[in-house]
Amino acid sequence: MTQIEEVNYEQYKHLVSERAFSGETMLLNMGPQHPSTHGVLRLLLELDGEVIVNAVPDIGFLHTGIEKNMEAKTYLKAEVMSDRLDYMNNLGNNLAYCMAVEKLVDLDVPPRAQALRVILVELQRIASHLVWIGTFGLDLAAMSVFLYAFREREQILDIFELCSGQRMMTTFIRPGGLWRDVPVEFETAVRNFLKIFPKRVDEYEALLTKNPLFLDRLLGIGKLDSATALQHGVTGPMLRASGVKWDLRKARPYMGYEQYDFDIPVRTEGDTYARYLVRVQEFRESMKIIEQALNKLPMGPVRSDNRKFVPPPRSEIGVSMESLIHHFKLWTEGFSAPKGSVYSAVESPRGELGVYLEGDGGPKPHRVHWRTPSFDNLSVVPKLVKGHLVADLVAILASTDIVLGDIDR
Amino acid sequence: MDTKLEPIVKALQEQFGASYEEFRGEVHMFLSSGQIIEALTLLRDKYEFELLSAMTASDYYPQNTPRFHVIYQLSSLAKNITLQLRVPVNGDQPKVPTATRVYETANWREREIFDMFGIEFEGHPDPRRILMPEGTEGHPLRKDFPLGYEEPQFTFNFEEIDLRKPYAKE
Amino acid sequence: MGVEQKLGNMGIVTAKLEDVVNWSRTNAMWPMLFGLACCAIEMMAAQASHYDMSRFGMELMRASPRQSDLMIVAGRLSRKMAPVLRRLYDQMPEPKWVIAMGDCASCGGVFNNYALVQGVDEIVPVDVFVAGCPPRPEALIHGVITLYEKVKGEKFVTPT
Repeated sequence: MTQIEEVNYEQYKHLVSERAFSGETMLLNMGPQHPSTHGVLRLLLELDGEVIVNAVPDIGFLHTGIEKNMEAKTYLKAEVMSDRLDYMNNLGNNLAYCMAVEKLVDLDVPPRAQALRVILVELQRIASHLVWIGTFGLDLAAMSVFLYAFREREQILDIFELCSGQRMMTTFIRPGGLWRDVPVEFETAVRNFLKIFPKRVDEYEALLTKNPLFLDRLLGIGKLDSATALQHGVTGPMLRASGVKWDLRKARPYMGYEQYDFDIPVRTEGDTYARYLVRVQEFRESMKIIEQALNKLPMGPVRSDNRKFVPPPRSEIGVSMESLIHHFKLWTEGFSAPKGSVYSAVESPRGELGVYLEGDGGPKPHRVHWRTPSFDNLSVVPKLVKGHLVADLVAILASTDIVLGDIDR
Repeated sequence: MDTKLEPIVKALQEQFGASYEEFRGEVHMFLSSGQIIEALTLLRDKYEFELLSAMTASDYYPQNTPRFHVIYQLSSLAKNITLQLRVPVNGDQPKVPTATRVYETANWREREIFDMFGIEFEGHPDPRRILMPEGTEGHPLRKDFPLGYEEPQFTFNFEEIDLRKPYAKE
Repeated sequence: MGVEQKLGNMGIVTAKLEDVVNWSRTNAMWPMLFGLACCAIEMMAAQASHYDMSRFGMELMRASPRQSDLMIVAGRLSRKMAPVLRRLYDQMPEPKWVIAMGDCASCGGVFNNYALVQGVDEIVPVDVFVAGCPPRPEALIHGVITLYEKVKGEKFVTPT
C-alpha cells in the first residue's frame, strides 16, 4: 500500500530525446510537492544545463473519482461534489452543473435568480483572479502582491458567508434558482466592495505592470499562437491573449448576460505578459457587470415554482398536503430525469467549463463528465517551455493559471 | 435545429449514412468507428469546426453490443455552432482509431478514456494511463467496477471497523 | 519586564529542562508546505495578513522537509500520492508533528470511493485533526494552538 516504488524510465523513452539515455542531458524530477507547481503536479524535465529540452507532465496525484461518485448519488446530492472540483471557482462549478440539470429536465429559472447568479459568479471570478495574481507575484518573488490580494479576497468571502454561511464551498446555486434569497445587507456589502476595488486594481498595476524586473522576466516568454491553441483545445484568458476573441458569455449568452454591456479583453502577442494583462483587465470588466446587474436587479422569487424538482418552502409544508409529499419524495428518492444527454458550458475564470450530463430515467445520473479547462491548458505547456530556462518554466506555469483539482477531478 | 447546422447534418448524412437525433436543441449524430476520422477531418477543414471542446465516453453496461459510446463534442468559433458525434463501440476488445492527428487535444483525452474505460485507441503515440497510478488493474468508470467505498462507522460497529483499519503507528 | 523581574541580581533563571525545550519548540515551529487541494487555499489565507499565522511562530512555510518540524496535510490524499506523503514524512527530522487539516485528510470527507485514502492516519501518525470543509483559518489556528498544548505537555522522562 505504501511501498516506495522504483521509478522505471522505460515508460518515458518515447517522450524524451535520446540524449537523455546517453547521459548528455539530465532528467530532473520537479516533484509533486513543490512550491511553484500550484498543486500536486509532477514534471519530468530533461535539462541541457539550465535549458529545458523536454518537459513531461505527470498528473493524477489528486484524482478523486468525482465522476464515478456522482453516479452513485441523486442529482441534488451530487451537486455538493461539484464545488470541490475547481476549488477556486466554487459557484461557477455549481452554475455549470445546475445549468446542465435544468437543460436536461427543462426547468425554468426566474429572472431575479438569474441576476443574482450573475453577480455571485462574477464575484467568484474576481476572487479566483485575486488568488492567481497573488500566487503569480509570489512565484516571481513579489511577495507583497500576495498579501494585498488576499486582503481583498477576504472581503469577497465575507459576502459569500453573509449569503450562505460558508466561505468557500457554498453550494448556493441549486437547480431552479438559488438556495434562498440573499439578505438585506447583501447589496450594501457588494456596493462597498465595488467602491474600494478599482483603486486596489490600480495599486496592483502600479506595482507590477511597468516594473522593469517583471517585464524582463515575462516579455516574450512562452509564446502561444492561436492555431496551436485551438488545436490543443485551449480556452479562456490563454486563448484571448493569443488573439482569438472567444468568450462564452458573449458568444452563447446564458443567465441573461446579453443584457449587460461589457468588453472582452484581447491581446495578440500570446506571451505571459499578454496573459497577465488580459486577466487584470478582466477584473475591471467583471466589476462593470456586477454594477449593472445590481442596478437592474428585479424583484420576485428566487426559485422556480415547479414543485417536482424544487423543494417547497417550509412555510407551505405545514399547510398543504401536496407540498409535504413533494418534499418527502425530493429528499428521499430525488427527482427523475428523462433518458438523453445534454452538454452545457459556462465561462469559468480558466476557460470553458462544460458538463456532459446523461440521464437514464432514474433519480441518479447515468454519466457526468466535466470538461475542465485546466486539462487542456496544461497539455500545451510542454510545447511552450521548450528552449526556456527553468525559471521561465515557473513563470509560464503561473501564467496558465491551472488548478489541479480541475485537471485530476 | 440551427439553420447553419442543417447543411452540415445533411452532408454528413449523405456521405456517411449517419443517423441523428435532436434533444433539447442539440444535435447528436451517430457514426461508426471506421468513419469517424474522415468525418472529423471533413468537419475541421471544410466546415470550420476548429475546437474539439470535449471528448468522453459512456458505459451502458448490461448490453454488450454496443457497450460504450465515445462522444466527441465539436465547436465552431467562426459560425458559433456545436455538434456532437457519437461512436458506438462493442464491449469485447473495444477499439477506435485515434483522432490525435486531427485535433491535438485528443492526445490526453484519449489517454483518459483508456484509463477510465479501457477503450484502446489505435495509433495513439503515447498509450499510457494518465490519472490512475501505474499498475492499476481494471478501469474505474466502467459500471462493473465497484465504487470502493468504506463502510461508515456507527456506534454499533465502531469497534470492529476500528480493529480492521490500518492505522500507521509511527 | 517578565523575565527580568525573576532574574535577581545574578542573572540566573531556573526552570525544568522540559519546559524550556517545549517552550522553544512551540514558539518557532516551521510547517512544511503540503497543500494538496482546497484546504491549501484556506491555509494560504491563514498565512496571509488577515489571519496572521506568523504571530504563532510560523513565519515561513518551508518547502523542504529537511528543514521543517510540522506537516499540515491540507487536502484530499489520493492513492497515487500516498507513497509520496510517506516518503516526505520519513525525510523530516525528529521531533515532528502532523496536523490533518480538513475532512478529507481526517476521514475521507465527502468522497468515499476507490481513489482516496480514507483518512491520512492510515499513512502517517496524526497528532491533531482539524474538522471542516474547508476549516476556517481560525479553526486551523485553533488546531495549531491545541498542538502547542500537546507539545507543552510532552515529557522526556516517563514517570515510573
